[in-house]
Amino acid sequence: MRTMTDHAATGLAVLSTLLVVAPLVAIFVYLIYKGASSLNLAFFTELPKPEGEAGGGMANGIVGSGVLLGVASCIGIPIGIGGGIFLAEFGRGTKLANAIRFTADVLNGVPSIVMGVAAYALIVKPQNHIIPFSGHFSAFSGGVALGIMMIPTVCRTTEEMLLMVPHAVREAALALGVPNWRSVLSITVKTASPGIITGCMLAFARVAGETAPLIFTALGNQFWSASLDRPIAALPLQIYIYALSPYDDLHRLAWGGALVLIVLIVFAVSLVRYVASRGVLKGAS
Amino acid sequence: MGVGIEVTNLNAWYGTNHTLQDINLNIPANHATALIGPSGCGKSTFVRCLNRMHETNPIARVTGTVRIGDLDIYEGAKPVEIRRRVGMVFQRPNPFPTMSIYDNVAAGLKLNGYSNRRVLDEIVEKSLKNSALWDEVKDDLKKKSGASLSGGQQQRLCIARALAVDPEVLLMDEPASALDPVSTSKIEDLIFQLKTQYTIVIVTHNMQQAARVAEKTGFFLNGRMVEFDSTHKIFTNPSDKRTEDYITGRFG
Repeated sequence: MRTMTDHAATGLAVLSTLLVVAPLVAIFVYLIYKGASSLNLAFFTELPKPEGEAGGGMANGIVGSGVLLGVASCIGIPIGIGGGIFLAEFGRGTKLANAIRFTADVLNGVPSIVMGVAAYALIVKPQNHIIPFSGHFSAFSGGVALGIMMIPTVCRTTEEMLLMVPHAVREAALALGVPNWRSVLSITVKTASPGIITGCMLAFARVAGETAPLIFTALGNQFWSASLDRPIAALPLQIYIYALSPYDDLHRLAWGGALVLIVLIVFAVSLVRYVASRGVLKGAS
Repeated sequence: MGVGIEVTNLNAWYGTNHTLQDINLNIPANHATALIGPSGCGKSTFVRCLNRMHETNPIARVTGTVRIGDLDIYEGAKPVEIRRRVGMVFQRPNPFPTMSIYDNVAAGLKLNGYSNRRVLDEIVEKSLKNSALWDEVKDDLKKKSGASLSGGQQQRLCIARALAVDPEVLLMDEPASALDPVSTSKIEDLIFQLKTQYTIVIVTHNMQQAARVAEKTGFFLNGRMVEFDSTHKIFTNPSDKRTEDYITGRFG
């Protein structure tokens, strides 16, 4: 009886795991099935052809996504980590910290299209000298929209991870005569860094696939551009446009784009994890 | 060299809880002084007042005077400066988990801006030798994490880390209570050697340990110091009835 219960519990756990993994595998297999055939050298090196013409690629979308995510990371990661450090270490229990935590949670729930509209209203619409690249659609405005979306995730994960660092470790640093700010930056943050990096990667992967915030900001571009000042192509945008088009050719490209997007995200996340893990010593928990 | 500690009218609170009441005592330089007493009697709070760690808790408060050598630590000195002169070893070993053995020992210096490699190497070696850990770890100083050592080794690593900043006083808050008997005896041997160079204050639950390592012993009860005398006197002929009851095991 005891072994039967044990087997039943194990079986349930295995079943749940399969149910969790199944959609992911299904999506991936379907993407490979639909998209792999349109992947060739041209896909990674050429611009999209005008509608109706066969061939062409998404090279500008791949580069564009890279630029947008670069801008987004430069904004979202430092602000998010800084906010998380404040919440966990310096502002604990203060009204300001509670307000920031509440705002971050609300921001996390704001639909991505609203972020796009906000970036549009803040950067694309007004034309002045205070806001950089303002007054027109630009890669910068798209990057800002994505960057703001990253902030709450990075901020709250950083806070959680810092709070998990044992009190004894902080005390050890303080008892050595290390000033508090130094102890926070060099000891607490360093101890929590694997978790903080995971949080950043989650936020990165989440915004990498966002389309809605880019519609009124980055706009998309048929041509080469890596400039922050001009409209820029992005993989999710291009997938969206192609999938809505009436041509089979473009549908195939859209599948290929979706596959490349996922592979690039997996690649970027694994790379960061690998680089981050090389600094960790044997036996460190 | 160690310096003496002079405590006058020390009071400490956690919130509204008056955990230390009118403590007066003189801790001699270059000796080991043991503090004994039942759980919650204030002995840990007392040592935390000697390096101003008590006030790192936002609800904590202290009044009174503590002189370490010729320095009045609550007047005209910054907490970080005092903590460099007064090292501390905690109940549970707490090495920095992401750092190598070497970096753990060098942490106090590195984090305060020391970067001369040659000097750091020397200090790390000397500190690890002083804490009797050198022979066990010298081959993988930079390869292994401090957290990969055994509990007893970790505690000696923490002692080395405290010694590396060259303190005058070493506070030990039940340094062996989480360790096995073999590791405990190593720590006690260590205290014997270290007290020639440092003033040591050790909090312990283990009365035999106090008797073995310390010249002076203080007995704390309910936030007050009941008796402070030579260890021999405390354990053979205490002047206070409560001390006698405690050491003969009638309570606590």
